[in-house]
Amino acid sequence: MIKVERLIKTFGTTKAVDGISFEVNEGENMVLLGTSGCGKTTTLKMLNRLIEPDSGTIAINGKNIHDQPAELLRRGIGYVLQNNGLFPHYTVAENIAIVPNLLKWDKAKTQKRIDELLEKLHLSKDYLNTYPNELSGGQQQRIGLARALVADPPVLLMDEPFGALDNVTRSKIHAEFLALDELKRKTIIMVTHDVQEAFELADRIALMDKGKIVQIGTPADLLFKPANDFVSDFLKEQHLQLEFKIIKLIDIWEHLPDTGKKTNTSQLSAKAGIWEALETFKFSSRESLDIFDEKSKEVKGITFDQLMAAFSKYKTHKAHE
Amino acid sequence: MNEHQQTLWEFMQQQADKLGVQTMQHIGLTFISLFIAVLVGLPLGIYITRKKQLSGIVLGIAGILQTIPSIALLGFMIPVLGIGAKPAIVALLLYALLPIIRNTYTGITGVDASVKEAAVAMGMNKWQVLFKVELPLAMPVILAGIRTATVINVGVATLASYIAAGGLGEFIFGGISLNNTNMILAGAIPAAALAILFDFLLSRLQRLNFKKIKGAVKMAPVLLILLSGLYFIPSAYGSKLTAGFTPEFMGRQDGNLGLISKYGLKIHTIVINDAVMYKAAQEKELDVISGYSTDGRLKAYNLVVLDDDKKIFPPYYAAPIVREDALRKFPELEKTLNLLAGTITDSVMTELNYKTDYLHQTPERVAKDFLVSKKLYKPERGGHEAVVRIGSKIFGEQYILASMYTMLIKGYTNYDVATKTGLGGTKIVFDAMTNDQIDVYPEYTGTGLLAILQTPTQTVTKLQVSKDSTYNYVQAEFKKRYQIKWLKPIGFNNAYALMMREQQAKELNIKTISNLKRYLDSK
Repeated sequence: MIKVERLIKTFGTTKAVDGISFEVNEGENMVLLGTSGCGKTTTLKMLNRLIEPDSGTIAINGKNIHDQPAELLRRGIGYVLQNNGLFPHYTVAENIAIVPNLLKWDKAKTQKRIDELLEKLHLSKDYLNTYPNELSGGQQQRIGLARALVADPPVLLMDEPFGALDNVTRSKIHAEFLALDELKRKTIIMVTHDVQEAFELADRIALMDKGKIVQIGTPADLLFKPANDFVSDFLKEQHLQLEFKIIKLIDIWEHLPDTGKKTNTSQLSAKAGIWEALETFKFSSRESLDIFDEKSKEVKGITFDQLMAAFSKYKTHKAHE
Repeated sequence: MNEHQQTLWEFMQQQADKLGVQTMQHIGLTFISLFIAVLVGLPLGIYITRKKQLSGIVLGIAGILQTIPSIALLGFMIPVLGIGAKPAIVALLLYALLPIIRNTYTGITGVDASVKEAAVAMGMNKWQVLFKVELPLAMPVILAGIRTATVINVGVATLASYIAAGGLGEFIFGGISLNNTNMILAGAIPAAALAILFDFLLSRLQRLNFKKIKGAVKMAPVLLILLSGLYFIPSAYGSKLTAGFTPEFMGRQDGNLGLISKYGLKIHTIVINDAVMYKAAQEKELDVISGYSTDGRLKAYNLVVLDDDKKIFPPYYAAPIVREDALRKFPELEKTLNLLAGTITDSVMTELNYKTDYLHQTPERVAKDFLVSKKLYKPERGGHEAVVRIGSKIFGEQYILASMYTMLIKGYTNYDVATKTGLGGTKIVFDAMTNDQIDVYPEYTGTGLLAILQTPTQTVTKLQVSKDSTYNYVQAEFKKRYQIKWLKPIGFNNAYALMMREQQAKELNIKTISNLKRYLDSK
């Protein structure tokens, strides 16, 4: 879908992006992760030509992005900014309608699409005639997302999209983000410096440092098969928490016994991470939790201790593989 | 003396026509120049946001223009654009540029970078980014600049009357010259009111929200053009020759009023400042001007004085005038000032003025050379017994006389001297005298008679016959009314005079004012 080859960008004497190459598959969510100054934002902005590279090629669907006018390219790529970048002099409706107006959609079509998006993003229609400064940060960020999605572009670029939000709002939006159908079909490239966020949202992560990609792979690859010390050091502090997040219940299914105690009220899907199971224990006073494997239709009742034991067994196995 | 002191209101009613015309000209001048300044400044301001390396130069130049004194800027315009509306508009336009360029630049560079980035990333082209994002968001700042420019323009436009472009300055400067407070206020109050009004209206516009401002900004060009059009409503009537008279001359019985009543002279007249009038005459912008018979520029620009065959210009013999309490305070003063009495004739004064006005010698040097040639010069004694304060009006002759008196006092007495030269007009310098700000300055008998004493016409007609009767009358009246003493006349008579270019006067065979009238009346 997106193919980046030997991209170089220099600002003055510093090489911001130093010959990086990567590919992003259709429908994939690729996260560019790294500390500030590692070149991740520069890389992102070269994809919609906000920054022009010194050399290297970028192709989307096999077509070189420099073969078409920048404006036309950008109208087909959604863009979400950290500080939302909403126009303060436009109402919410006008803000969302910017790209449709550039594409000369008729009013009815635009209106229909805006209504549809508002519903999906759980935003009230009452906001349509308000100005951005009358909304909360979380609402502004949702409007920013709606604006990027309105013309249904196949590619979405997100520059620290949740960076300006407080923790509570951010985890809420993360959940919405993962649940949004609209986004599942999109090829997304997202920039973040937040390791947790990267591990929660990414299909694959490209960890960058000093303008180069240090390792590219799934969250599990980075966690369990770090390419070098830099990668393991980068993840060290949050290692356990990240493991809980990326190891799913289904992964440790074989190590989980069945207590036989079923509550039959609520079941957690086996696709959920250990983290989610731990949180469920934390928030409910129950001793055991029902987990359900959609494939085999098997249901197990487990306790907190059993979960921890299974996790530990899985890790030992993994280490001996 | 005056049967009835005229009130400001009566003056404004009586001059309602003129006031209306001047106000319209004033608004017109302000907005024509503002309109052009916006047309130039706005794109320039936008341009330097794109080429940041030029911003320093452009803002620097606009800033320097702003610091040029208004009168000087108007003066620079004359050789290039002549007199009248054109140079006035250009000068006002130059003053209005800085706030407009600067605020456009600051407004646009101040737009939130993430908003601009979003606009580009949405796929807007550079014009869409400018018109849909940058300009609307910068508009409150740009409007603040236009507001500043408007208020500056209303103020500076009062000076437009100096170069015959009309406006409320005609009353203001006429009033200062004629010692007529009502006339000053009739110009100053409407000018101030206009400034306050436009400032208020624009402040309202600035506070509108984004929605309403869109409509308002679209209407602005129409409104600007309408307001600009006001300038052209009062159209002047044409005649064969054009006269340029100073605001002072316009309002005086021994000036334009006398020309109309005694000679029946009808000539297309524009009001202009003395400083640029001679040059305009030489450059054929004007054919007839009002001037002073001893003016050095008469010689420099080849002008001739038309004979005042019906004697409407009273004698203007110059003499130092001193407050009586100052004479008591400085016992040596009267004797010293009188050293100059009778030494300078008309032709000598013209020559001295020529040296300063045209050869650009300093008044001090001209004064010293003269005193030396008359063997009156003595080196300074360096005394500090007391300080005599000498004043002068704002033209060359007065500077020379003030310098001579300074040298004489320092050379012949133990007093020190403080000079306060360049006091605007008769009213300013005379008020300084009565308010004990200066002790002595050179005044003219005619000015004393008409501008200061406001002597009624009948009395003036009687006195005008001889130089001595006028002198005696003002001497007695000043003593009685102001306790101010007229010392002995210096000798020359700097009377008002009408002048023309020598060559043109010869061609048209005009030697007297009556000749001029006959020529104008002939078909």
